[in-house]
Amino acid sequence: MSMFPDRVRCYEAAMAGTIICIGVMSAAFAQSIPLPYTGIGRTATPAEIKAWDIDVRPDFKGLPPGAGSVANGQQIWETKCESCHGTFGESNEVFTPITGGTTPEDRVTGHVEALMRSDFPQRTTLMKLTQLSTLWDYINRAMPWNAPKSLTVDEVYAVTAYILNLGDILPADFVLSDKNIREVQAMLPNRNGMLKFEPLWNIKGSGDVHNTLCMTDCKIDAKTISSLPDFARNAHGNLAEQNRLIGPVQGINTAEVFGDATPAKKAATKVVSTAPDASDLAKKYACVACHATRSKLIGPSYKDISAKYNGDVGASAKLAAKIRIGGAGTWGTTPMPAHAAISDEDLHALAQWSLSGGQ
Amino acid sequence: MTEHNRKLLDSVTEKSGRIQRAPENFLNAVQLVEVAAGRRDFLRAAFMSAAGATAALGNRAALAESQGDPNILTLPEHSKGLGQPVATRGYGSPSVWEKNLQRRESPGLTRVGAAGVSFCPLQGLFGIITPNGLHFERHHQGWWDIDPTKHRFMINGLVKNPKVYTMNDLMRLPSVSRMHFIECGANTGMEWGNVAVPTVQYTHGMLSCCEFTGVPLSVLLEDCGFDKVKGKYLLAEGADGSGMTRTISMERALDDCFVAYAMNGEMLRPENGYPLRLVVPGIQGVSWVKWLRRIEVGDMPYATKDETLHYVDLMPDGMQRQYTSIQECKSVITTPSGGQALLGRGFYNITGLAWSGRGRIKRVDVSIDGGRNWRIARLETPILSKCFTRFNIGWNWQGGPAVLQSRAVDETGYVQPQLNQLRQVRGSRSIYHNNAIQSWQVNGSGEVSNVHVS
Ligand code: HEC
Ligand code: HEC
Repeated sequence: MSMFPDRVRCYEAAMAGTIICIGVMSAAFAQSIPLPYTGIGRTATPAEIKAWDIDVRPDFKGLPPGAGSVANGQQIWETKCESCHGTFGESNEVFTPITGGTTPEDRVTGHVEALMRSDFPQRTTLMKLTQLSTLWDYINRAMPWNAPKSLTVDEVYAVTAYILNLGDILPADFVLSDKNIREVQAMLPNRNGMLKFEPLWNIKGSGDVHNTLCMTDCKIDAKTISSLPDFARNAHGNLAEQNRLIGPVQGINTAEVFGDATPAKKAATKVVSTAPDASDLAKKYACVACHATRSKLIGPSYKDISAKYNGDVGASAKLAAKIRIGGAGTWGTTPMPAHAAISDEDLHALAQWSLSGGQ
Repeated sequence: MTEHNRKLLDSVTEKSGRIQRAPENFLNAVQLVEVAAGRRDFLRAAFMSAAGATAALGNRAALAESQGDPNILTLPEHSKGLGQPVATRGYGSPSVWEKNLQRRESPGLTRVGAAGVSFCPLQGLFGIITPNGLHFERHHQGWWDIDPTKHRFMINGLVKNPKVYTMNDLMRLPSVSRMHFIECGANTGMEWGNVAVPTVQYTHGMLSCCEFTGVPLSVLLEDCGFDKVKGKYLLAEGADGSGMTRTISMERALDDCFVAYAMNGEMLRPENGYPLRLVVPGIQGVSWVKWLRRIEVGDMPYATKDETLHYVDLMPDGMQRQYTSIQECKSVITTPSGGQALLGRGFYNITGLAWSGRGRIKRVDVSIDGGRNWRIARLETPILSKCFTRFNIGWNWQGGPAVLQSRAVDETGYVQPQLNQLRQVRGSRSIYHNNAIQSWQVNGSGEVSNVHVS
């Protein structure tokens, strides 16, 4: 390092959080120290690094300054998050619940009691969360799911604060900011609930469960303690259709014994196809997160949409426009998000498909 | 003829059998008589979709009534006509007879397909290489087919010179080609508590093995002048909506990690991260960040969403183990396996796969009596570090019930555990890292099913 004083200074500057090293990295300098792989790659500009280096670490390094109130967070939640995660973050329609399962006592111990109970049905986000940086970083980079990286910094603070308010961790008048986030970290119900487990991190570890190499007359009960119940035999579709036609074995015809009626069968035997039809588009654009063919999820079922607009000649164009800009009011107060990125062609296909009841 | 064989034969020649009648694939006894009598009109349709199932099934009784196998006696179209020209398909695809082997979802496992899993059909694969189109999928925010001319890869953090590389740059650098397995940390996760799924596709199919080609991280980190004192951890970040992020130890990174652009001789498939993904041999699949856009060198683990809220192993005392990354030694018999039926008594080749995140496979033992007695299986070569190893062993099925198991040992001497041994230490709620010995029960009629035994 001592050979390259300019570079060291540059690196230290980067460490201090300011990336001023680029000016120092003149072309002449780069040439004076021939790297083994010359002519390959180039120095990243400060703007490029700023655009991509968005991660926030457990010690909150990388957290941009800003603030957001619980009240603001509620507004964002209701317009941009609620449709998938439920009014109180309790929904398991699209993903596991975000809130629930934590108590005031947990905030004292820092270890969620429900995690110790084998009978507790769910593991929610707030039950598991040990680092507040995790929640902030993830919402900032990935949510809303269908429009990631669309929230402003202050909006991320606000909606994070609101989630913590839903979990009774922050009061309704709280304003979360880079200044007080460490204090809030110290309030997380499961902040003490995690340990770094070296035996499965370190390649040289030897694990925590050990078996022996018994070869004959080994001590076993040879009792079957679990098997697939008969009603589930066909739950993954007809296994005959999931095995090769030839070979030493053949797939068991599970449809034959229990009939084709198992509802799960259709879902399972529908192979992961690459043919782009409208139902694939609905998957691709995550319409399926909110709409199903028959049942109401967050949005109306395709069957209901089809029934409502039956005979309406202008419906296709109207629905295409609605899907594009999103909005609420026709089916209830929950809004559909906007879909700016869908091509006109796909949009049209999806509108038609919705009208046909998702067939 | 034994009662059992008669049953099997009946199931072949009559409709009622449990063994699958591959649609239109073979002739029943009546039809065979018709063939013998020279009436062939109905055969055209049958032969258009024919396979040698009759012969393969050893339908001796039926054969005895005829002059021989109609698949031999009556020449098929492909022996009498002109086949298709070269380059009919510019990019070849599997035979139409192979369409049963597909990636499939497990119903109810995830709620939305863009944050879901499709499982690899291990029950029908050979050797140790997974065909690219059958590689398992796990996405958190859907997959993309990214324009490679616009893809950029950045290294920043504790480096002297933070750099940006284009795909052209990366493909100019020295490359390595290595065969490695990739296994999702949640593979076999549905089976911690009880039997939940029927076949090896769903018990073990978040698992694949390919030859990957790319640039060692050590080359790239050197090129950027990484901090060899403080730089103990890397953050790998994807370019997709989820911006998937995972912490990698510097020790692992310098040992054998690389940024890959190719798999099995062609560029990565979009579902597997085209044009660039990280390869982290021996470590759970979530760390093999797809659509890789950035690596940051740092001095502490990053506690990202998928290493704080998920991919943490919940222990009976309510503590979550974090950064449990290594996929420990594991094996599974792929044939015969759950959901399959043996085609009659006699010889079978029991075959399966073994792998370890800590190195090479040293040995695989197979039991046919639920773990009471074991025999050492034959390992096929190559036997490579952190790669599938294929094992085989002969078995004469006498028609009685059996419970098939395989038990792998890796070069560290670690022995694949039994499910109850795992449960004693970790309970049954941890979701991740279930590397238990798998049991397949064979019943008297040859049907194989997934069971847990004690
Ligand atoms: C279109 C549906 C949808 C919308 C809208 C949405 N999310 Fe999500 N969210 C998801 C899905 C699906 C996941 C799981 C992604 C995965 O598997 O990695 C998720 C995961 C999360 C998680 C992580 C939960 C965990 O335990 O891993 C948080 C926190 C979250 N969302 C917050 C938000 C916030 C805040 C908003 C609004 C700004 C929002 N989401 C909007 C679908 C949605
Ligand atoms: C985050 C949840 C969500 C997603 C994702 C979503 N929708 Fe909707 N959708 C809704 C809701 C809520 C409504 C009801 C809106 C209303 O009441 O006006 C709706 C309404 C509709 C309607 C009826 C509109 C009307 O005015 O009658 C159609 C058609 C539709 N969606 C299609 C789609 C398609 C196609 C996609 C995928 C490109 C999609 N939706 C994605 C939630 C969603």
